[in-house]
Amino acid sequence: MIPEIGQFALIVALCVGLVQALVPLAGSSLGIQRWVAVAVPAALAQLLFVGISYACLTFAFLSHDFSVLYVAKNSNTELPLIYRISGVWGSHEGSLLLWALVLALWSGAVAVFTPSVPRVMRARVLAVLGLVSCGFLLFIIATSNPFERLLPAAVEGTDLNPLLQDIGLALHPPMLYLGYVGFSVAFAFAIAALISGQVDSAWARWARPWTNIAWLFLTLGIALGSWWAYYELGWGGWWFWDPVENASFMPWLIGTALMHSLAITEKRGTFKAWTALLAIFAFALSLLGTFLVRSGVLTSVHAFASDPSRGVFILGFLVVVVGGSLALYAWRAPLLKSAASTRLLSRDGMLLLNNAFLTVVTAAILLGTLYPIAIDAMGGKISVGPPYFNLMFISITAPLGVLIGIGMLIRWKQDSLQRLTSRLRIPALAVLLVSLGLTLALPQWQWGAYLGIAMALWISVTAAMALYERFRHRALMSALRSTPAGFYGMLLGHLGIAVFIIGITLTSLYTSEKDLRMAPGDTYTVAGYEFTFHGVRDFNVANYVATRGGFSVRSVDGGYRTEMFPEKRVYRVQNNPMTEAAIDAGIARDLFIALGEPLDNQGAWAVRIYYKPFIRWIWLGAIIMSIGGLVAASDRRYRRLVRSRSPAREAAEQPS
Amino acid sequence: MTPARKKRLALILLMVGGVATGVGFALKSLDQNIMFFFTPTEVVNGEAPTNKLFRVGGMVVAGSVERPGDGLTVRFDLTDNEQSVTVRYAGILPDLFREGQGIIANGKLDGSGDFIAEEVLAKHDENYMPPELAGMHSEQGAQQ
Repeated sequence: MIPEIGQFALIVALCVGLVQALVPLAGSSLGIQRWVAVAVPAALAQLLFVGISYACLTFAFLSHDFSVLYVAKNSNTELPLIYRISGVWGSHEGSLLLWALVLALWSGAVAVFTPSVPRVMRARVLAVLGLVSCGFLLFIIATSNPFERLLPAAVEGTDLNPLLQDIGLALHPPMLYLGYVGFSVAFAFAIAALISGQVDSAWARWARPWTNIAWLFLTLGIALGSWWAYYELGWGGWWFWDPVENASFMPWLIGTALMHSLAITEKRGTFKAWTALLAIFAFALSLLGTFLVRSGVLTSVHAFASDPSRGVFILGFLVVVVGGSLALYAWRAPLLKSAASTRLLSRDGMLLLNNAFLTVVTAAILLGTLYPIAIDAMGGKISVGPPYFNLMFISITAPLGVLIGIGMLIRWKQDSLQRLTSRLRIPALAVLLVSLGLTLALPQWQWGAYLGIAMALWISVTAAMALYERFRHRALMSALRSTPAGFYGMLLGHLGIAVFIIGITLTSLYTSEKDLRMAPGDTYTVAGYEFTFHGVRDFNVANYVATRGGFSVRSVDGGYRTEMFPEKRVYRVQNNPMTEAAIDAGIARDLFIALGEPLDNQGAWAVRIYYKPFIRWIWLGAIIMSIGGLVAASDRRYRRLVRSRSPAREAAEQPS
Repeated sequence: MTPARKKRLALILLMVGGVATGVGFALKSLDQNIMFFFTPTEVVNGEAPTNKLFRVGGMVVAGSVERPGDGLTVRFDLTDNEQSVTVRYAGILPDLFREGQGIIANGKLDGSGDFIAEEVLAKHDENYMPPELAGMHSEQGAQQ
């Protein structure tokens, strides 16, 4: 009974979605206020019904209702409670339902938390979100019904994929979806603005906090996925340029560009058409990501059941959404004239360059990701290796590191080269010298390390200078009061990048890795640590059997000792082996041991040992970036109940 | 042409030149970094390059996995049910590597026709079939 209620609620939600989409849209064009007023209650009703549907599926998991096919395939009576809750999104159907729920949550949030947005604009935004929601609900109902019954009911479920029985991966999809789907809000704002012809500072101010929050969730989602891959897959890698990773990274890059472009549109009233286009692309890339993941057209470490009919549906949806919005854009964009021109030597110009670099690097990644599909269509089978992506990414984004520093200190509108060079000469020289010293202190000289350290230092030093400049001429209290949260958010975001750069540079260049054969009693030294193997023992745990290896580790100078216990697990129901690496984490280095397989009958094992310097800084950087996004989104000016203001007053009020 | 137009033309030419260089650079680097995929039959027929990295995919032949010597080296046969190729690999195999399982290996051919793998990939999901192997319906695959 409960599953039928879930399915029924889903159908009701689709009907409500149609109302949410069509009535306010018609009302706003025809000027009928009562129709416009439908948007908010419809969005909330949509949230209610999708929520009911989601709750029903969760209930089926909690109550072990194996008469529901999806539950029978993804759960088991022995599955711990937390993974029964996260199991709801453990496979295709449920994760789409989660997607629909997240979209409904975002729509509900827009309905409730936009008091400063005019009613007609809000109604249009909600209508666009309603259209997107209809597309997804139709997709779920037509191709991926999570409530499908299994008759007769299974006695026992076939268990959740063991790889997903992990807290990192339990949280990864909701975070990622909050980000992906969150860009639909920026998209809806752009479409609504194109319909009304109003893209201005006020519009940018409405769209900014939503974009920031979507972006911070996407940042956290990607970081969680990377962290999970690091400790769970047993390869010790944190990024593989896998198509599915790229699918989440491309919207992140364009979303980052969008945040910066919104800053110019809000501040200077320029780049309007470009900002609207970026909002469309950010969401289009999110949809493309869904298509790539769900259709299985690409070889990926992410194994998802591929179903051509589903792929065709999403592809069709993608074509409709992108085609429709680009047609609207082509029709309306000429209306969006910029209020002023842009000079290169200004903060506007720096933000423009930021956008150019981010767009180009996204295009390069898109090319590498889609190239195999294009070749496949012509009958060849190829894959594009990580060297391509590394080369493209590093060479295109390296100038961005320099630009971040200049961008924080340069003035809006116009600046003089003389002023800039005289201010930046000494800091730049200092950064180059200090980085030289730091790089020489590393085990061996690497140009890449010098470059990375210099970049990170440069960003940190210029951030400190920007902070100093704000506080220099004012009393501390008044400076604290007048400095908007957005400024601190910007500093944090950029410092996060600096920390991240240190992490990737040192990890990539100074990792020591050994694949070994170790018999009990063997000792091996890696990067100044002695690893001694003491053999393995078997343990019975919850729903798996663990073969646990014992290692004692001591640093060669004797100052550090620890024990590490990597495991090989076999989950009883699916009978899949899983590597559970042992990680001794630290701020400056991780030690990592993974068990391979037994090599003979005398207890020798294949063992993989890593020494990974500064790897934590990668995720630490991402966390700092997301905190920056949160701080920026909390800026007071987004919550003011002001409908529209003159650009002059805005310029006076806003910080530079 | 007025000076303003001249300046604009120069700017446009510069941009076009920049974009063209960028695209050319990207395509060249793409060209150097793509890996072609071959089936064991194609490898046996000599269609695969001898001195270049490529991918080979197929089913691990049941009973063919052995470890010569006492190191980490493992040797197994990979088949598409018509021909098979011997793969040698020194390193740790992925969790889902099993006999009868579809896998993909990256590497090169050595002089004797053995494939020296630098990396062996198996998929997360045992029901998953890499698109490259789709259509290769094997009896071994069906037995799983």
